[in-house]
Amino acid sequence: MTAHGTDRNGLDALYQEIILDHYKNPHGKGLRDSATGESAEVHHVNPTCGDEVTLRVHLKDGVVEDVSYDSLGCSISQASASVLYDLVIGKTVDEALAIHQEFLTLMQGKGNVEPDEDVLEDGIAFAGVAKFPARVKCALLSWMAWKDATTQVVAGGEDKS
Amino acid sequence: MVSPGPAIGSTSGLSGLLPELEVIRKDFPILERTLAGGMPLVYLDSANTSQKPQVVIDTMVDHLERHNANIARAMHQLGAESTEAFEAARDKVAAFIGAPERDEVIFTKNASEALNLVANTLVWAGERQIGAGDEVVITEMEHHSNIVPWQLLTQRTGATLRWFGLTDDGQLDLSNIEQLITERTKVVSLTWVSNMLGTINPIAEITRKAHAVGAIVVVDASQAAPQLPIDLAAMPLDERPDLVAFTGHKVVGPTGIGVLWGSRAVLDQLPPFLGGGEMIETVRMDVSTYAGIPHKFEAGTPPIVEAIGLGAAVDYLGHIGLGAIHAHEQAITAYALEGLQGIKGLTVLGPLDAALRGGAIAFELDGVHPHDIAQVLDSRGVAVRAGHHCAKPAHARFGVQSSTRMSSYLYTEPREIDALVEALEYTRSYFKLD
Ligand SMILES: Cc1ncc(COP(=O)(O)O)c(C=O)c1O
Repeated sequence: MTAHGTDRNGLDALYQEIILDHYKNPHGKGLRDSATGESAEVHHVNPTCGDEVTLRVHLKDGVVEDVSYDSLGCSISQASASVLYDLVIGKTVDEALAIHQEFLTLMQGKGNVEPDEDVLEDGIAFAGVAKFPARVKCALLSWMAWKDATTQVVAGGEDKS
Repeated sequence: MVSPGPAIGSTSGLSGLLPELEVIRKDFPILERTLAGGMPLVYLDSANTSQKPQVVIDTMVDHLERHNANIARAMHQLGAESTEAFEAARDKVAAFIGAPERDEVIFTKNASEALNLVANTLVWAGERQIGAGDEVVITEMEHHSNIVPWQLLTQRTGATLRWFGLTDDGQLDLSNIEQLITERTKVVSLTWVSNMLGTINPIAEITRKAHAVGAIVVVDASQAAPQLPIDLAAMPLDERPDLVAFTGHKVVGPTGIGVLWGSRAVLDQLPPFLGGGEMIETVRMDVSTYAGIPHKFEAGTPPIVEAIGLGAAVDYLGHIGLGAIHAHEQAITAYALEGLQGIKGLTVLGPLDAALRGGAIAFELDGVHPHDIAQVLDSRGVAVRAGHHCAKPAHARFGVQSSTRMSSYLYTEPREIDALVEALEYTRSYFKLD
C-alpha cells in the first residue's frame, strides 16, 4: 500500500526516520529525582490538541544535570522531547539556551532555515516539521517547558543569593 | 489487511441515502476542489463546520451587492429591504425549528454566545436569578461551550454545579436522576447530540423531570440542528426545553451567526444581556427601558448578512427535508461504523448502533496518535479532526487524551467512507504497525 506517489505529499519530509526512531524509543523518558542539583518542574499543555508534558530540570553548578519528563502526545512532540534530552544534558545553561534558540529559529522558519547539524544533531530532522504550521507547536511543547523550568531554577538561585 | 466492509462500488444498495446525492453534491462548490498532489477533497469534518451550498453564498453576495444597509434604523429603501431580509431570516429559522413564535428567535454570534447569554443573565438580578444553595446540572459529555459558562456562573453565585455521568457505552447515566434533579435544581443544561460520542440524548424525558421541580432546561442543539428534525411547537409543554442554542456554520450557514430560541415566558424573565442600540425602548439619563424580545437581546448592529445567509441555509435544508437528511446520516454512519470496526486496532468511542447516534464518530487507533493519523489522512485529501474536540471531560471519562473524529453530512458519499478506511489502513502501514 505504499506506492502512492514518491514524496507522499510531503509526509516523508515530516516523518523523518530519525523522528520515528525517537518516537519509538524515546531517550530519557520518565520523571526522575536521582540528580542532586537545584530543580524545577513544570506542566505544559497544548490547548488545541490537549498534548501534555510534565518536565523536570536539574541544574548543578550552571550545568544541565538532568531533564526528565512524562508526556502524552503525537510522534512529533514525543520525538522532540527525546532530542531535547540528548542535546542539553551536560551542557552549561548558556550553551543549552543557545541550542534552544537555534531550535526555535528552525521551527519558526517556515521551512526556510537551514539547520546546523553541529548544533542540533538529530534535531535537524525537524526541519520538515517547520513546513507544517499546525505541527510546530507539537515540536516546541517540551522545549518551551524546558525553558520555563530552567528559567525558574535560575531565578530561584538568584533569589537566594 | 483489507477491511471486511462492503467493497468499493457496492454501495448503491445502501438504503436511506439521499436519492439526489449527486445533485446535492453539485450544490457545494468546494467539494470539487483538489488538494496538494491533486488529491480530491474528502471532507469528513462537518461536525466541526459544514460546507456551504451555492445558494447561501449567492444570497449573501446578492445582499451585499444590492441591498446592503443597516437595519431598523435606516429610513430609506435599502434600509427597508435590508430589514425585511433580516427579519425574513428570523422567520425561516423559526420555521426550521418549529418555534411557537418567531419573536422567540434571537440572533447571536454563535452557539457559545447563545449559551453565555443564558448563563450570564441568570446571574443578574431578575426573576430567575441563581444564588448560593441553588444547583445547576450539566453532563460529562458537554462541549466546553456548555461547561465553562456554567462553571463561571456557579463560581460567581456560589451555586453548585452537578453532573450527569456517562455509561461505558457512551450514554447518559440516568440511574441517579432522582438525586441529581431535585427542588434545589434551577437549570439543567445538556447537549441534544454529543459532538464526540455521537449520542442522542433523551431530551423529553429529562425536560419532564426538570420541569417537575420547576427548573428550566437549556439544550445545546449545535449538533442536533444539522441532522435531526426539530419541531418545538409539536413538543408537549412539559417536554419542551425552555432554551435551545445552535450555531449557523454547522447547518450549512456562514460563521458569525448563531441562534438562541427561548420560550417567551422565560426570555421575559431574564434581564437584558448586552446594552446598546436596538435593545432599548427609551433611554434617559437616569434610567432606560428595554425593548421586548427578540430585540431586547440583540444590542448593536447584528451580523446582518450572516443572518440572511443562515436564512438561506435553513431554507435549503428544509427543502431537502430534515427527515431525509437524518436518514442519510444514519445510513452513512452505519456504513462508516462497519468499515471502521474492520480496521485492526481501531476502537470506536460511543454507541455502536447508528440508530442511537448522530453522524460524528470518534475513534482511537492503537499505536498511532490522532495528530499523526490526521496528518497522514490529510496527505491523502481526507479531512478529519484530531484532538479533544472541545470535550475534555468526556475524553477523560473514557481514559483517552485525544481521539480522531470523522463526521459526515448530507453531501457525504459512501465512497468517501471507503477513502477514509483505505487511508486508515495506509496509516497503519505507514507507521509499520504490523
Ligand atoms: C455540541 C457543541 N456545542 C457547542 C459548539 C460551539 O459552537 P460555536 O463554536 O459555533 O459557538 C459546538 C461546536 O463546536 C458543538 O459541537
